[in-house]
Amino acid sequence: MSARLALLMNSPYVRRLGVRFDDHGDELTGILPYGEALVGNPLIPALHGGAIGAFMEITAAAGLLAASDLAALPKPIDVSIDYLRPVRPADVYARAVITRQGSRVSNVRVEAWQERRAAPVAALHGHFLVKPVGETR
Amino acid sequence: MTDDLQSRLDQLAPLLVAGSPHAADLGFVLDAVRPGEAVVRAPYREDLVGDPETGVTHGGVVTALLDHASGTAAFAGLGGDKALATLDLRIDYMRPATPGQAIIAEAHTVKVSGLIAFVSAIAHDGDRDDPVATSHAAFMVSRVSQEAADRVRADIEAGRAGPFTRTPGPGQAGGAR
Repeated sequence: MSARLALLMNSPYVRRLGVRFDDHGDELTGILPYGEALVGNPLIPALHGGAIGAFMEITAAAGLLAASDLAALPKPIDVSIDYLRPVRPADVYARAVITRQGSRVSNVRVEAWQERRAAPVAALHGHFLVKPVGETR
Repeated sequence: MTDDLQSRLDQLAPLLVAGSPHAADLGFVLDAVRPGEAVVRAPYREDLVGDPETGVTHGGVVTALLDHASGTAAFAGLGGDKALATLDLRIDYMRPATPGQAIIAEAHTVKVSGLIAFVSAIAHDGDRDDPVATSHAAFMVSRVSQEAADRVRADIEAGRAGPFTRTPGPGQAGGAR
């Protein structure tokens, strides 16, 4: 795991969720390993929408940390999550694309998938407050 | 009719959090459920902190809490007997939650239209006028979820244990989500 993600991986909640990153240069894939504690509805069974939303927020933050030197963790301002398919009890993957990188606010899109990347299970877009290293405000 | 719904919700209340392993794992507590409304609380826990330097709870916990409270409100707004899927959830994070304080999500169904419920929610840590986050979500009665719920109900009624009847909680199964 690269040093630039250390800020994120130090977070007790991120560690607890078990999220990790497959890190190839600027290509970063988030992995949410399946665990029973992620299940939202055991009848279907499907993973909890909140866990998927949280995983995509973490992937967005990782994408921002990977793209530039930040003095602090990106903070979400607003996010919008679309649930596209039931999320099966299996690992989930996600990738972030930075739509616009500003000096204070960045706009990020994330897609999460399971078996096929072309069949996403959920998508997120949102704004994050960023604090680049060296910026005074 | 409303009284019937309230008594059904009271009966289901212990399952609305405990029946959802992820909500139970995060320590969520159902404070209230009424037709179209739900209040769910997340007690402060150090293992749910986002940034260890500030001790502030991770935004993802707020996301899961708002999602769960909203789904429960939609379930209670759609008669308390249908399985739902979340279509979308939009959240505004207004300020960091105060470290050490529980976060409370209050959700209410703004409108039910056919198979869809529109739900608005607020998350605060004691003062409703100073929200941590607000959200809007849409839920839909899900065929996949409904078939699964019907199957388990039939199994229970026939005295067969369903595949997930041993999952956490005092009862067999259920939960709004």
